[in-house]
Amino acid sequence: MNIKQLTLASMAIGLLSFVSTSVVANEKIDIKKIHFLIPGGPGGGWDGTARGTGEALMKSGKLENASYQNMSGGGGGKAIAYMIETAEKQKNTLMVSSTPIVVRSLSGVFPQSFRDLKPVAGTIADFGAFVVRKDSKYYDWRDVLADFKQNPRKVKFSGGSSRGSLDHLVAAMAIKAGRAKPRKLVYVAYDGGGKAMAALLSGETAILSTGVGEALTMAKSGDVRILAITSKERLKVLPDTPTLTEMGYNVVFANWRGFFAAPTMSDEKVAAYAKLLGDVQETPEWTEIQERNGWVNMYNPDSEFYAFLEKQEKDLGVLMRELGFLK
Amino acid sequence: MLDGLIIGFQTAMSMQNIMFVIFGCFVGTFIGMLPGLGPITAIALMIPITYGIDPSSGMILMAGVYYGAIFGGSTSSILINAPGVAGTVATSFDGYPMACKGQAGKALAIAAYASFSGGTIAAVFLLVAAPMLSKVSLSFQSPDYFALLLLGLTAVAAFSNKGSFLKSIMMTLFGLMLSTIGTDQASGVERFTFGQIDLLDGISFLLIAMSMFALSEALLSIISNNRDKKLGIASVTTEVGSLKLTRAEIKEMAPTVARSSVLGFFVGVLPGAGATIASFLAYGMERNLASAKEKLKFGKGSLRGLAAPETANNAACSGSFVPLLTLGIPGSGTTAVMLGALMSYGIEPGPRLFVDNPEVFWSVIVSMYIGNVVLLFINLPLIPYIAKALTLPKQLLTVLILFFSLIGVYLVSFNAFDIFMMAGFAVIAIGLRLLNFSMSPLILGFILGGMLEQNLRRSLTLSDGSISFLWDRPITLGILTVTALVLLMPIISTLRQALSSTSQEKEADI
Repeated sequence: MNIKQLTLASMAIGLLSFVSTSVVANEKIDIKKIHFLIPGGPGGGWDGTARGTGEALMKSGKLENASYQNMSGGGGGKAIAYMIETAEKQKNTLMVSSTPIVVRSLSGVFPQSFRDLKPVAGTIADFGAFVVRKDSKYYDWRDVLADFKQNPRKVKFSGGSSRGSLDHLVAAMAIKAGRAKPRKLVYVAYDGGGKAMAALLSGETAILSTGVGEALTMAKSGDVRILAITSKERLKVLPDTPTLTEMGYNVVFANWRGFFAAPTMSDEKVAAYAKLLGDVQETPEWTEIQERNGWVNMYNPDSEFYAFLEKQEKDLGVLMRELGFLK
Repeated sequence: MLDGLIIGFQTAMSMQNIMFVIFGCFVGTFIGMLPGLGPITAIALMIPITYGIDPSSGMILMAGVYYGAIFGGSTSSILINAPGVAGTVATSFDGYPMACKGQAGKALAIAAYASFSGGTIAAVFLLVAAPMLSKVSLSFQSPDYFALLLLGLTAVAAFSNKGSFLKSIMMTLFGLMLSTIGTDQASGVERFTFGQIDLLDGISFLLIAMSMFALSEALLSIISNNRDKKLGIASVTTEVGSLKLTRAEIKEMAPTVARSSVLGFFVGVLPGAGATIASFLAYGMERNLASAKEKLKFGKGSLRGLAAPETANNAACSGSFVPLLTLGIPGSGTTAVMLGALMSYGIEPGPRLFVDNPEVFWSVIVSMYIGNVVLLFINLPLIPYIAKALTLPKQLLTVLILFFSLIGVYLVSFNAFDIFMMAGFAVIAIGLRLLNFSMSPLILGFILGGMLEQNLRRSLTLSDGSISFLWDRPITLGILTVTALVLLMPIISTLRQALSSTSQEKEADI
């Protein structure tokens, strides 16, 4: 190796290092990669949301690389703690989450809340639905309320998750808005929405509190009737089902799903990811996956998402205090 | 219906779909055979593949994987006492003792024949009556499930002979206690979690089964190297034994298989029950129907004790398609995953499925026959090779069992805490085993305990705290009466024996 080659080599090294520093400078807004952290096991709702979103991003060419990591434990708390502890390493990580994160941090299941992470965007949502059997005597939500006021034991609610979790809280919220006492609500918990639906159909329970998505098929086939839903306006898929709002009860509740980043991610990068998650909803690839999974778009980018979460936390907090789940 | 059948046969018999059944059964068997990996893992693995193909083929593939995994699960239960699926726990009760006696080949062959018969008979029921059976699915309510689970719990009696009655009861209670860990559904309160977020969701069946059965078994074999050779795997003869069944044996098992198929299928149809409860009930039923002399064989390698749960769990798997396809209600974690896959095709399972998508409905049912035949053909010739696993040098087998059971649990939860918990439970299990406690009643209590409690709590809430739910419904009352009879039978028969012996004495006096 002579001197000329050496100089060339050192020049090349210099050039390379120059290039690499400029890459570092650019890395802040490099959003070609996403590592999805899923706080639950494979096959669940969170898993489907993350993988579906990743699939849409990849197929529409908006992303070069998507990877997935499942980490269950503590109702999602394990993954949140992991995001915070290893924040420095999570440069391209987005954690999927949903409404229960708000409920669980309120009830102290885990010490962190959404404030300890950077909310990126809410992407999809499901609304609450109150469902009865086709041969039920109830045709109007107001009749349910009237009977409840007379004797709460006669109008038992059921749901596919444990007492104090979402199905129960949404029912309590609706009862409260109807000026009845949510504490009097008798809630029967089932192990999963399917079993709760089976119990409703078998005549064991009278009213099921669940998500619109879980009741849609049965409602279409005419086996059950949806008395009311918790969206603000009527849904396209259920044009004849009234909302609680239009009946004069001030309840709007969305069970959102969305993404969070590590607390150290820069605001610019969070905004870029938020935009990416919004842009992908315009693509046909997204529409296909969205329809396949029965998702309802509810795009809510970073600062709006934060405000939305704060309001939801407040609403749920008041209700949980009233129900005796919080002191 | 005939039209449907023809459509079903046309769809299911296409070259492509037959390939999918074969592929699914093969993959399922293989995954199910590995201790710790069960049908949920197997089906979850298949989902990405199914996106690209048409719905019928996708369902056929997944159904194939499902039976395959249940079928394969019995292999690890029999050979190394590591039931990776709750539905094959009862298979290990008599299957493992058989393997220990050097009849591994025979045990596996019985499992294969029993699964085949159970699956096929159930598929016939499904074909004839699926749409009508949706009513049966909805006939059971919480009090009935409570009674059914109580009846299932009486299967523990099988482990209570030779003076270990108290020990069995203790282990059952220990299992029931373990099932109370986690968030209580009925009240939303955390119980026995010690502030550990990892315990919030309770302890999974797989973790208990893998640590208490597989891990402790493997570790015991190391200890027993230096101790007496009668413990654990060390005592398993490496002989595979003959696969052949004698005519007398077939005759002995035929009624068992018939009974267990019917029982298994109907329990499977109930969305709140499923393969696990079916297998326990079938095992209990078979033991109760057996003669006093036969009874003693249960838990020690009884052919009927092996055939009954194996038949019932496969029949129940087919049965669980009734609520899934006709109502859109999944009865188990596995069928829930399949429901998700169906929905992602844009197919909505429910009462309209066999009107809107007859080809899906019927081809799945038809593919069940094909699947069962395929499974039998894959498995019978493979048995000698599979059973060879036992002849592996112990240094290798022990390590493999440790590896697969830890991996299996980790792959489901992705939580390292579970691994530590497994180690802890394995140590407890080793201690208990050295003191001659059997692990089977524990797992029975653990599996049934959680469901038993939740159904009881629901029944109480629904009846406003009154215990009248115990006799309000004819189904509940009927099952509870049977339970009471099963519990009282030993006492009655002892009394009768005592009476007859005294009367004989009297006769002798005269």
